[in-house]
Amino acid sequence: MDSAPAGRYLWRSQGHSYGGAALLFHWAVAFLFLAQIPLGYLTQVTESRPALQFQLYQWHKSLGFLVLALSALRLAWLWFDGRPEEAARASPLEKLMASVARITLYAATLLVPLTGWAIASASPLHIPSYAFNLVLVPPLPMAVSDAAEAFWSNLHAILAYCAAALAAIHIAAALDHHFRRKDSTLTRMLRTSAGGNPTKDGSPPMQR
Amino acid sequence: MARFRASTGVCGGLVLLSLAAIDCRATSAADPLEAAAGHYVIERGSEIDFMVAQIGGGGIRGRFPDFSGTFDIMAHDFSKSRVDFTISPASVAANQPRITNFLKSSAVFDAADFPVIRFRSFRVERTGPESARIDGMLTAKGRTLTQSFTASLVHLDGGGIAFHVVGSVYRAAYGMEIGVPIYSNVVRFDMMLKGHRS
Repeated sequence: MDSAPAGRYLWRSQGHSYGGAALLFHWAVAFLFLAQIPLGYLTQVTESRPALQFQLYQWHKSLGFLVLALSALRLAWLWFDGRPEEAARASPLEKLMASVARITLYAATLLVPLTGWAIASASPLHIPSYAFNLVLVPPLPMAVSDAAEAFWSNLHAILAYCAAALAAIHIAAALDHHFRRKDSTLTRMLRTSAGGNPTKDGSPPMQR
Repeated sequence: MARFRASTGVCGGLVLLSLAAIDCRATSAADPLEAAAGHYVIERGSEIDFMVAQIGGGGIRGRFPDFSGTFDIMAHDFSKSRVDFTISPASVAANQPRITNFLKSSAVFDAADFPVIRFRSFRVERTGPESARIDGMLTAKGRTLTQSFTASLVHLDGGGIAFHVVGSVYRAAYGMEIGVPIYSNVVRFDMMLKGHRS
């Protein structure tokens, strides 16, 4: 903020720093997406309590639609806002792996809720998707059958658990940067720095 | 002569029968429900259908194939007519097996712990020549509340009678609020109750 055209770029990314909007999108999607993993698991282990299971399903669906909407907005914002330069010095291989992980996680935050939407759309139960009891989400135009529902359910679970594993690696990498390499990879995800201050590892800020 | 007397006797008999038939039709036309007075047992061929609307259109349709009951139609004081009717919620059948199981489960009817749904009327009020409002106590899932249905006569012959009975039940009041507001709180019953005199 010190060198910043005060507050001018608070929501926009610049230099090596993420803007407030990018950070908000990141943490909102991250928190909701990770919360969905145990919630989705609980929907599968509460068959003996059908009322609770039904409620869990509705929360899971509602949060899933929220994740999908936020992820779509996040990508649109990324396209508009651009990405700041990498904060840490890294080998080409590390950069490649980081890019692949990031793109895969972006895709997962879209594909996992989309396959969930497909389950609701393909199910012969025809349970309406009424997100947070506020927004009626129409079904996707697709075949309705028990087999189709089972297919999308399996794909949804596989993608979700793979994404959870990737998210765990992503978190571990962030912690490695912070505690072992002591660079600003994690800290720049925790606060916005409108001036694009130099990072601890001395890499210069990007000039926009 | 003997032949003439026999013929006269047959004619007289026919005349009496015709008069009786005319009288019966006259009574029926004037007051069909009074003509239907008697004690009836509800037949297995009756139909107990219900529908719960869902947001966005459509809904859950189902029926109860297992039920029993009786009703009494009082000739001279119709308001003292009675209905006593029980349904087995374990018999519920929806248009999808998983929905059927959900309806039987503790989330809805809890058929294992509450195996009977019962309706006992306490007042019957005529609302037209062939219709009546039936007020009674409906017991479901351990809760007993006042409930009303409307019955319309659709068929009446010597020993049989059929009523079209409709009514709306607010399920949340019976501890079956699961799914509201995705699914309506209102369960619309549409029944064809057939009875035979006993």
